Amino acid sequence: MSDRRAMNQARMVLLRVFRYRNGDGAPRYDEFRVPVGPRTTVLDALLGVRRRQDPTLTLRHSCLHASCGMRVNGQEVLACVTRLDGLGDRVVVEPLAGAPVVSDLVVDMEGFYGRLEPSGRPLVRTSEHDTPALMELERFEDCIECGLCLSACPVAATDPRYLGPAALAAADRLIQEPRGADRKEVLGWVDDAHGAWRCHAAFECSEVCPAGVDPAGAIMGLRRRLLRDRLPRLAGRSDREARP
Amino acid sequence: MTGKGLRAAGGRHPSRWLDPRGRHLGTWAFVLNRLTGLGLVAYLYLHLIVLSTLLRGPAAWDGLVAVFRHPVFLAFDVLLVLGLAVHGLNGLRVALVGSGLLVDRHRALLVAAGVLIGLVGLVAAVRTFA
Repeated sequence: MSDRRAMNQARMVLLRVFRYRNGDGAPRYDEFRVPVGPRTTVLDALLGVRRRQDPTLTLRHSCLHASCGMRVNGQEVLACVTRLDGLGDRVVVEPLAGAPVVSDLVVDMEGFYGRLEPSGRPLVRTSEHDTPALMELERFEDCIECGLCLSACPVAATDPRYLGPAALAAADRLIQEPRGADRKEVLGWVDDAHGAWRCHAAFECSEVCPAGVDPAGAIMGLRRRLLRDRLPRLAGRSDREARP
Repeated sequence: MTGKGLRAAGGRHPSRWLDPRGRHLGTWAFVLNRLTGLGLVAYLYLHLIVLSTLLRGPAAWDGLVAVFRHPVFLAFDVLLVLGLAVHGLNGLRVALVGSGLLVDRHRALLVAAGVLIGLVGLVAAVRTFA
Protein backbone atom coordinates (compact mmCIF):
# COMPACT_ATOMS: atom_id res chain seq x y z
CA MET A 1 0.00 0.00 0.00
CA SER A 2 1.43 3.40 -0.92
CA ASP A 3 2.11 6.05 1.70
CA ARG A 4 -0.58 8.27 0.14
CA ARG A 5 -3.24 5.53 0.27
CA ALA A 6 -2.26 4.69 3.85
CA MET A 7 -2.60 8.34 4.82
CA ASN A 8 -6.05 8.52 3.24
CA GLN A 9 -7.27 5.55 5.30
CA ALA A 10 -5.59 6.52 8.57
CA ARG A 11 -6.94 8.85 11.21
CA MET A 12 -4.81 11.81 12.26
CA VAL A 13 -3.22 12.09 15.69
CA LEU A 14 -1.53 15.14 17.16
CA LEU A 15 1.89 14.33 18.55
CA ARG A 16 3.30 16.78 21.12
CA VAL A 17 6.99 16.03 21.11
CA PHE A 18 9.54 17.20 23.69
CA ARG A 19 12.31 19.18 22.03
CA TYR A 20 15.60 20.19 23.56
CA ARG A 21 19.07 20.82 22.28
CA ASN A 22 22.17 21.09 24.40
CA GLY A 23 22.60 24.82 24.89
CA ASP A 24 18.88 25.65 24.67
CA GLY A 25 17.61 27.72 27.55
CA ALA A 26 14.57 25.54 28.17
CA PRO A 27 12.84 22.60 26.52
CA ARG A 28 9.75 23.14 24.36
CA TYR A 29 7.06 20.96 22.80
CA ASP A 30 6.52 20.83 19.03
CA GLU A 31 3.28 19.54 17.55
CA PHE A 32 3.04 17.26 14.54
CA ARG A 33 -0.07 15.78 12.94
CA VAL A 34 0.59 12.20 11.90
CA PRO A 35 -1.50 9.54 10.14
CA VAL A 36 -2.19 6.53 12.37
CA GLY A 37 -3.35 3.12 11.22
CA PRO A 38 -4.23 0.16 13.45
CA ARG A 39 -0.63 -1.08 13.46
CA THR A 40 1.23 2.25 13.57
CA THR A 41 3.69 2.36 16.46
CA VAL A 42 5.02 5.46 18.20
CA LEU A 43 8.38 4.78 16.57
CA ASP A 44 6.77 4.57 13.08
CA ALA A 45 5.09 7.92 13.68
CA LEU A 46 8.26 9.61 14.95
CA LEU A 47 10.32 8.31 12.05
CA GLY A 48 7.55 9.56 9.75
CA VAL A 49 7.80 13.00 11.36
CA ARG A 50 11.55 13.01 10.82
CA ARG A 51 11.15 11.89 7.20
CA ARG A 52 8.35 14.24 6.17
CA GLN A 53 8.07 17.11 8.62
CA ASP A 54 11.19 17.79 10.67
CA PRO A 55 14.51 16.10 9.85
CA THR A 56 16.10 17.64 12.96
CA LEU A 57 14.02 15.50 15.37
CA THR A 58 16.44 13.31 17.34
CA LEU A 59 15.57 9.88 18.68
CA ARG A 60 17.42 6.66 19.37
CA HIS A 61 16.26 3.30 18.04
CA SER A 62 17.94 0.05 17.25
CA CYS A 63 15.97 -3.15 16.68
CA LEU A 64 16.55 -5.85 19.30
CA HIS A 65 18.50 -3.49 21.55
CA ALA A 66 15.61 -1.80 23.31
CA SER A 67 17.10 1.65 22.88
CA CYS A 68 13.82 3.36 21.96
CA GLY A 69 12.60 3.79 25.55
CA MET A 70 10.63 6.99 26.07
CA ARG A 71 7.57 8.30 27.90
CA VAL A 72 4.33 8.30 25.97
CA ASN A 73 1.51 10.13 27.76
CA GLY A 74 3.73 9.90 30.85
CA GLN A 75 4.12 6.11 30.70
CA GLU A 76 7.54 4.54 30.13
CA VAL A 77 7.35 2.37 26.99
CA LEU A 78 9.42 1.03 24.13
CA ALA A 79 8.34 3.13 21.15
CA CYS A 80 8.82 0.25 18.70
CA VAL A 81 6.13 -1.94 20.29
CA THR A 82 3.69 0.74 21.45
CA ARG A 83 0.82 1.26 19.05
CA LEU A 84 -0.60 4.74 18.74
CA ASP A 85 -4.07 3.46 18.04
CA GLY A 86 -6.01 3.70 21.29
CA LEU A 87 -3.79 6.35 22.88
CA GLY A 88 -6.16 9.17 21.98
CA ASP A 89 -6.08 12.00 19.45
CA ARG A 90 -3.38 13.90 21.30
CA VAL A 91 -0.27 12.04 22.42
CA VAL A 92 2.62 13.52 24.41
CA VAL A 93 6.05 12.03 23.72
CA GLU A 94 8.91 12.78 26.10
CA PRO A 95 12.36 11.38 26.84
CA LEU A 96 12.93 9.00 29.76
CA ALA A 97 13.06 10.78 33.10
CA GLY A 98 15.91 10.70 35.58
CA ALA A 99 18.66 10.93 32.98
CA PRO A 100 20.14 14.02 31.35
CA VAL A 101 18.63 14.87 27.98
CA VAL A 102 21.20 14.92 25.21
CA SER A 103 18.86 16.01 22.45
CA ASP A 104 15.08 15.82 22.01
CA LEU A 105 14.11 12.23 22.91
CA VAL A 106 17.66 10.99 23.45
CA VAL A 107 18.94 10.72 27.03
CA ASP A 108 22.45 10.03 28.26
CA MET A 109 22.40 6.36 29.36
CA GLU A 110 25.96 6.42 30.69
CA GLY A 111 24.80 6.64 34.31
CA PHE A 112 22.37 3.76 33.82
CA TYR A 113 24.97 1.46 32.24
CA GLY A 114 27.54 2.59 34.81
CA ARG A 115 25.27 1.34 37.60
CA LEU A 116 25.09 -2.07 35.91
CA GLU A 117 28.85 -2.46 35.56
CA PRO A 118 29.58 -3.61 39.14
CA SER A 119 27.20 -6.54 38.56
CA GLY A 120 29.79 -7.80 36.08
CA ARG A 121 27.02 -8.31 33.52
CA PRO A 122 26.35 -11.64 35.22
CA LEU A 123 24.93 -13.89 32.57
CA VAL A 124 27.59 -13.77 29.91
CA ARG A 125 28.36 -17.44 29.56
CA THR A 126 32.00 -18.39 29.89
CA SER A 127 32.00 -19.89 26.39
CA GLU A 128 31.06 -16.53 24.91
CA HIS A 129 34.27 -14.96 26.18
CA ASP A 130 35.98 -16.59 23.21
CA THR A 131 33.73 -14.64 20.86
CA PRO A 132 34.38 -10.96 21.47
CA ALA A 133 31.53 -9.73 19.28
CA LEU A 134 28.99 -11.86 21.13
CA MET A 135 30.45 -10.93 24.48
CA GLU A 136 29.62 -7.31 23.78
CA LEU A 137 26.13 -7.92 22.43
CA GLU A 138 24.59 -10.90 24.19
CA ARG A 139 24.02 -11.17 27.89
CA PHE A 140 21.45 -13.96 28.04
CA GLU A 141 19.54 -12.07 30.62
CA ASP A 142 15.87 -11.17 30.59
CA CYS A 143 16.74 -7.56 31.35
CA ILE A 144 17.06 -5.73 28.04
CA GLU A 145 18.73 -2.71 29.69
CA CYS A 146 16.18 -0.28 28.26
CA GLY A 147 16.19 2.00 31.33
CA LEU A 148 12.39 2.22 31.65
CA CYS A 149 12.55 1.04 35.28
CA LEU A 150 14.93 3.79 36.34
CA SER A 151 12.78 6.40 34.62
CA ALA A 152 9.60 5.17 36.35
CA CYS A 153 11.11 4.74 39.82
CA PRO A 154 9.90 7.47 42.22
CA VAL A 155 12.97 7.02 44.43
CA ALA A 156 15.35 7.54 41.51
CA ALA A 157 13.44 10.77 40.83
CA THR A 158 15.20 12.36 43.80
CA ASP A 159 18.23 10.22 44.64
CA PRO A 160 20.92 10.39 41.96
CA ARG A 161 23.09 7.92 43.93
CA TYR A 162 20.42 5.21 44.03
CA LEU A 163 21.68 2.07 42.27
CA GLY A 164 18.28 1.65 40.66
CA PRO A 165 16.04 -1.31 39.84
CA ALA A 166 18.01 -2.75 36.88
CA ALA A 167 21.35 -2.88 38.68
CA LEU A 168 19.77 -4.37 41.81
CA ALA A 169 17.90 -6.96 39.73
CA ALA A 170 21.22 -7.86 38.08
CA ALA A 171 22.79 -8.24 41.52
CA ASP A 172 19.97 -10.54 42.62
CA ARG A 173 20.39 -12.61 39.45
CA LEU A 174 24.12 -12.84 40.14
CA ILE A 175 23.47 -14.11 43.66
CA GLN A 176 21.04 -16.71 42.36
CA GLU A 177 23.53 -17.91 39.75
CA PRO A 178 26.98 -16.62 40.77
CA ARG A 179 29.12 -18.40 38.14
CA GLY A 180 32.20 -17.92 40.24
CA ALA A 181 31.30 -14.50 41.60
CA ASP A 182 31.62 -13.89 45.32
CA ARG A 183 28.10 -13.68 46.77
CA LYS A 184 29.34 -11.75 49.81
CA GLU A 185 30.95 -9.15 47.58
CA VAL A 186 27.70 -8.67 45.66
CA LEU A 187 25.69 -8.39 48.87
CA GLY A 188 28.23 -5.90 50.19
CA TRP A 189 27.75 -3.81 47.05
CA VAL A 190 23.97 -3.60 47.40
CA ASP A 191 23.91 -3.38 51.23
CA ASP A 192 23.93 0.38 51.19
CA ALA A 193 21.59 3.28 51.99
CA HIS A 194 21.55 4.03 48.24
CA GLY A 195 21.31 0.36 47.33
CA ALA A 196 18.70 -2.27 48.18
CA TRP A 197 17.55 -0.36 51.28
CA ARG A 198 16.61 2.76 49.30
CA CYS A 199 13.70 1.11 47.49
CA HIS A 200 10.31 2.11 48.87
CA ALA A 201 8.25 -0.74 47.42
CA ALA A 202 6.31 1.29 44.86
CA PHE A 203 6.78 -1.57 42.34
CA GLU A 204 6.58 0.93 39.46
CA CYS A 205 9.73 -0.62 37.93
CA SER A 206 8.02 -4.00 37.69
CA GLU A 207 4.88 -2.40 36.24
CA VAL A 208 6.74 -0.79 33.33
CA CYS A 209 9.35 -3.49 32.64
CA PRO A 210 8.72 -4.70 29.07
CA ALA A 211 10.68 -7.92 29.68
CA GLY A 212 8.87 -9.10 32.81
CA VAL A 213 12.01 -8.99 34.95
CA ASP A 214 10.21 -7.86 38.15
CA PRO A 215 13.09 -5.76 39.51
CA ALA A 216 11.09 -4.84 42.63
CA GLY A 217 10.64 -8.52 43.51
CA ALA A 218 14.39 -8.98 42.99
CA ILE A 219 15.15 -6.07 45.34
CA MET A 220 12.92 -7.59 48.02
CA GLY A 221 14.75 -10.89 47.50
CA LEU A 222 18.06 -9.10 48.10
CA ARG A 223 16.70 -7.55 51.28
CA ARG A 224 15.50 -10.91 52.52
CA ARG A 225 19.02 -12.30 52.02
CA LEU A 226 20.60 -9.28 53.70
CA LEU A 227 18.27 -9.60 56.67
CA ARG A 228 18.99 -13.32 56.92
CA ASP A 229 22.68 -12.47 57.10
CA ARG A 230 22.21 -9.64 59.57
CA LEU A 231 19.74 -11.11 62.04
CA PRO A 232 22.07 -13.77 63.49
CA ARG A 233 24.76 -11.11 63.90
CA LEU A 234 22.27 -8.85 65.69
CA ALA A 235 21.37 -11.79 67.91
CA GLY A 236 25.05 -12.14 68.81
CA ARG A 237 25.78 -15.25 66.74
CA SER A 238 28.82 -15.43 64.52
CA ASP A 239 28.60 -16.08 60.76
CA ARG A 240 30.00 -19.58 61.34
CA GLU A 241 27.25 -20.41 63.83
CA ALA A 242 24.57 -18.84 61.67
CA ARG A 243 25.50 -20.79 58.55
CA PRO A 244 26.69 -24.24 59.44
CA MET B 1 27.96 15.87 27.19
CA THR B 2 27.81 18.27 30.02
CA GLY B 3 26.78 21.86 30.32
CA LYS B 4 24.25 24.08 31.95
CA GLY B 5 21.50 23.40 29.43
CA LEU B 6 21.90 19.64 29.57
CA ARG B 7 21.65 19.49 33.35
CA ALA B 8 18.66 21.85 33.32
CA ALA B 9 16.69 19.77 30.85
CA GLY B 10 17.24 16.39 32.49
CA GLY B 11 17.77 15.83 36.16
CA ARG B 12 15.67 14.80 39.10
CA HIS B 13 13.00 16.60 41.05
CA PRO B 14 10.35 15.65 43.64
CA SER B 15 7.76 17.32 41.40
CA ARG B 16 7.88 14.08 39.37
CA TRP B 17 6.13 12.39 42.31
CA LEU B 18 3.07 14.49 41.56
CA ASP B 19 2.91 13.75 37.84
CA PRO B 20 -0.10 11.39 37.68
CA ARG B 21 0.43 10.28 34.07
CA GLY B 22 1.16 6.61 33.59
CA ARG B 23 1.66 5.83 37.26
CA HIS B 24 0.29 2.81 39.11
CA LEU B 25 -1.11 2.14 42.57
CA GLY B 26 2.29 1.58 44.22
CA THR B 27 3.57 5.01 43.24
CA TRP B 28 0.43 6.63 44.61
CA ALA B 29 1.00 4.81 47.90
CA PHE B 30 4.60 6.08 47.86
CA VAL B 31 3.45 9.65 47.19
CA LEU B 32 0.75 9.48 49.88
CA ASN B 33 3.32 8.16 52.36
CA ARG B 34 5.63 11.09 51.61
CA LEU B 35 2.84 13.69 51.80
CA THR B 36 1.31 12.29 55.01
CA GLY B 37 4.79 12.05 56.54
CA LEU B 38 5.45 15.70 55.81
CA GLY B 39 1.95 16.62 57.02
CA LEU B 40 2.39 14.72 60.30
CA VAL B 41 5.74 16.40 60.99
CA ALA B 42 4.15 19.80 60.31
CA TYR B 43 1.25 18.86 62.62
CA LEU B 44 3.65 17.87 65.39
CA TYR B 45 5.25 21.33 65.38
CA LEU B 46 1.85 23.02 65.12
CA HIS B 47 0.63 20.93 68.05
CA LEU B 48 3.61 22.01 70.19
CA ILE B 49 2.98 25.66 69.32
CA VAL B 50 -0.70 25.30 70.26
CA LEU B 51 0.22 23.58 73.54
CA SER B 52 2.45 26.54 74.42
CA THR B 53 -0.80 28.51 74.87
CA LEU B 54 -1.04 26.78 78.26
CA LEU B 55 1.78 29.05 79.39
CA ARG B 56 -0.62 31.98 79.04
CA GLY B 57 -3.10 30.53 81.54
CA PRO B 58 -6.40 28.58 81.60
CA ALA B 59 -8.45 31.35 79.98
CA ALA B 60 -6.24 31.47 76.88
CA TRP B 61 -6.34 27.68 76.58
CA ASP B 62 -10.13 27.46 77.01
CA GLY B 63 -10.60 30.10 74.34
CA LEU B 64 -8.46 28.14 71.92
CA VAL B 65 -10.32 24.90 72.68
CA ALA B 66 -13.61 26.65 71.87
CA VAL B 67 -12.18 27.65 68.48
CA PHE B 68 -11.03 24.11 67.78
CA ARG B 69 -14.59 22.81 68.33
CA HIS B 70 -15.63 24.54 65.10
CA PRO B 71 -16.62 21.94 62.44
CA VAL B 72 -13.76 23.07 60.16
CA PHE B 73 -11.19 22.15 62.80
CA LEU B 74 -13.05 18.92 63.59
CA ALA B 75 -12.74 18.05 59.89
CA PHE B 76 -9.00 18.63 60.24
CA ASP B 77 -9.04 16.16 63.14
CA VAL B 78 -10.58 13.52 60.87
CA LEU B 79 -7.95 14.37 58.23
CA LEU B 80 -5.25 13.90 60.86
CA VAL B 81 -6.58 10.43 61.77
CA LEU B 82 -6.71 9.56 58.07
CA GLY B 83 -3.12 10.76 57.61
CA LEU B 84 -1.98 8.63 60.55
CA ALA B 85 -3.83 5.61 59.15
CA VAL B 86 -2.36 6.07 55.65
CA HIS B 87 1.18 6.53 56.93
CA GLY B 88 0.95 3.77 59.52
CA LEU B 89 -0.80 1.08 57.49
CA ASN B 90 1.13 1.74 54.28
CA GLY B 91 4.30 1.88 56.36
CA LEU B 92 3.43 -1.55 57.72
CA ARG B 93 2.96 -2.83 54.15
CA VAL B 94 6.32 -1.36 53.09
CA ALA B 95 8.01 -2.87 56.16
CA LEU B 96 6.54 -6.32 55.47
CA VAL B 97 7.20 -6.35 51.72
CA GLY B 98 10.54 -4.60 52.21
CA SER B 99 11.66 -7.40 54.50
CA GLY B 100 10.93 -9.91 51.78
CA LEU B 101 7.62 -11.06 53.30
CA LEU B 102 4.43 -11.39 51.24
CA VAL B 103 6.17 -9.85 48.21
CA ASP B 104 3.88 -11.73 45.84
CA ARG B 105 0.88 -10.33 47.71
CA HIS B 106 2.00 -6.69 47.70
CA ARG B 107 -0.97 -5.59 45.63
CA ALA B 108 -3.45 -7.39 47.90
CA LEU B 109 -1.75 -5.81 50.93
CA LEU B 110 -2.17 -2.40 49.34
CA VAL B 111 -5.87 -2.99 48.71
CA ALA B 112 -6.32 -4.31 52.27
CA ALA B 113 -4.54 -1.21 53.63
CA GLY B 114 -6.84 0.96 51.49
CA VAL B 115 -9.95 -0.74 52.87
CA LEU B 116 -8.72 -0.39 56.47
CA ILE B 117 -7.84 3.27 55.90
CA GLY B 118 -11.35 3.88 54.57
CA LEU B 119 -12.89 2.18 57.63
CA VAL B 120 -10.69 4.15 60.03
CA GLY B 121 -11.68 7.39 58.27
CA LEU B 122 -15.34 6.48 58.42
CA VAL B 123 -15.24 5.63 62.12
CA ALA B 124 -13.27 8.80 62.87
CA ALA B 125 -15.79 10.93 60.95
CA VAL B 126 -18.81 9.33 62.65
CA ARG B 127 -17.31 9.62 66.14
CA THR B 128 -16.21 13.23 65.54
CA PHE B 129 -19.46 14.58 64.09
CA ALA B 130 -22.12 12.29 65.56
